[in-house]
Amino acid sequence: MFNISVLREPESIEAAVELLHGDAGLRIIAGGTDVLIRIQHGAEGWTELLSLRRIKELEEISLREDGTLVIGATATFARIFQDAAIRRHLPSLAEAAVSMGGPQIRNVATIGGNICNGAVSGDSASTLLALDALLRLESLDAERVIPIREFYAGPGKVKLMPSEILTAILIPRDSYQGTGGHYIKFAMRKAMDIATLGVSALCRVRDGRFQDLRIGLGVAAPVPIRCLEAEAYAKGREITSASLSAIGGLAVQASRARTSWRASKDYREHLIQVLTERAVAEAAKRAGDPHAE
Amino acid sequence: MLNNNTAGVATLKRLALTVNGKPWQFEVDIRETLLDVLRNRLQFTGVKQGCAVGECGACTVLIDGTPVNSCIYLAVWADGKTVTTIEGIERDGELSEVQLAFVEEGAIQCGFCTPGLVLSTTALLDSGRTFTEAEIRRELSGHLCRCTGYQKIVDAAVRVLPPAVG
Repeated sequence: MFNISVLREPESIEAAVELLHGDAGLRIIAGGTDVLIRIQHGAEGWTELLSLRRIKELEEISLREDGTLVIGATATFARIFQDAAIRRHLPSLAEAAVSMGGPQIRNVATIGGNICNGAVSGDSASTLLALDALLRLESLDAERVIPIREFYAGPGKVKLMPSEILTAILIPRDSYQGTGGHYIKFAMRKAMDIATLGVSALCRVRDGRFQDLRIGLGVAAPVPIRCLEAEAYAKGREITSASLSAIGGLAVQASRARTSWRASKDYREHLIQVLTERAVAEAAKRAGDPHAE
Repeated sequence: MLNNNTAGVATLKRLALTVNGKPWQFEVDIRETLLDVLRNRLQFTGVKQGCAVGECGACTVLIDGTPVNSCIYLAVWADGKTVTTIEGIERDGELSEVQLAFVEEGAIQCGFCTPGLVLSTTALLDSGRTFTEAEIRRELSGHLCRCTGYQKIVDAAVRVLPPAVG
């Protein structure tokens, strides 16, 4: 039994933003796999809920004519993993999706919830950062689209205004076309575990050289981060074990890993070095694959 | 039986759902989990409460054929849905193919995780897809067996699911 006093269940985005506008006490719930546990643990301020579960349009995943992939905020991880367009164009996002939780959680948990709870260990975060994903945030009288890099404010904190709902994640064609990507989740177990470290690499390759490279890291700093120095170093550089190793080193420099009960700072830095090299090497291999688009 | 929320109000909503082939309509408190309602209201006690935080899979039921942890699923969300618990798996008093496979492989020890595992395996079988052993392990990974009898559980699933090459 959860300590809930109000549960609003609008059936459209318009109705949802209107309810949110009129009641500052309402908090958003989607899949519920984090929020309900938070309530179970006695978190304050979660007694009035606005559920997004009846808004069908929020679940849709579509490929627009201009090549932009539009992922509705309440698309579940299971749906993202199974979606043909995502598997074809954003395979590293499909990998990230299937690494999250276990099957029953993936059947319910939503990508929008994973982003908005601001967890540094969120499995979608590093890949969405590497993809330069855009977030569409809607309120009663405004809509804004911002890069996901500007959304994270601190551990468990995001720049979502109280009147706003994250309605979609947009990935323009330029962000993914011709890339190869790979996501590595490191955890103590292969399932039902929180990442000790997450690395997502995305690159374009020509004639054995990086045309570009993007690296997203989870659990390497207070928020999910990009490794801009490593990315700049890689541009135009030949793909060799020495350059991969240097990229790993620059990724460690970009990080601000800390010691937690899951892992020490030193161990996390070791993971960043080694797993960044591996993720980038695999992404480069895939980018060289003629089937990659 | 209802614990009070801070407002001290029981907020009721009408719920219409089908459980194990039978339609039900009644009012539920918005604070109740689907697990509460299935066990306490409808007496489907084959749905087990283990961790109550979505980690162990003992409370797994099928909602419109999809495995879900009923302990972190509000009962009101099941409105209009079809729910299957372990009690709805046997047909005319006969064990299902999946249940038989679990029995024949000795995949049951204390039995607490078994209803959830049978339901997840049933969903895989009903999907009509083929599975490698690695995929089976991945698809059953949301169930904890504290007797640790995982190998026989996987054997039972391998026995009953169509194999994929790879």
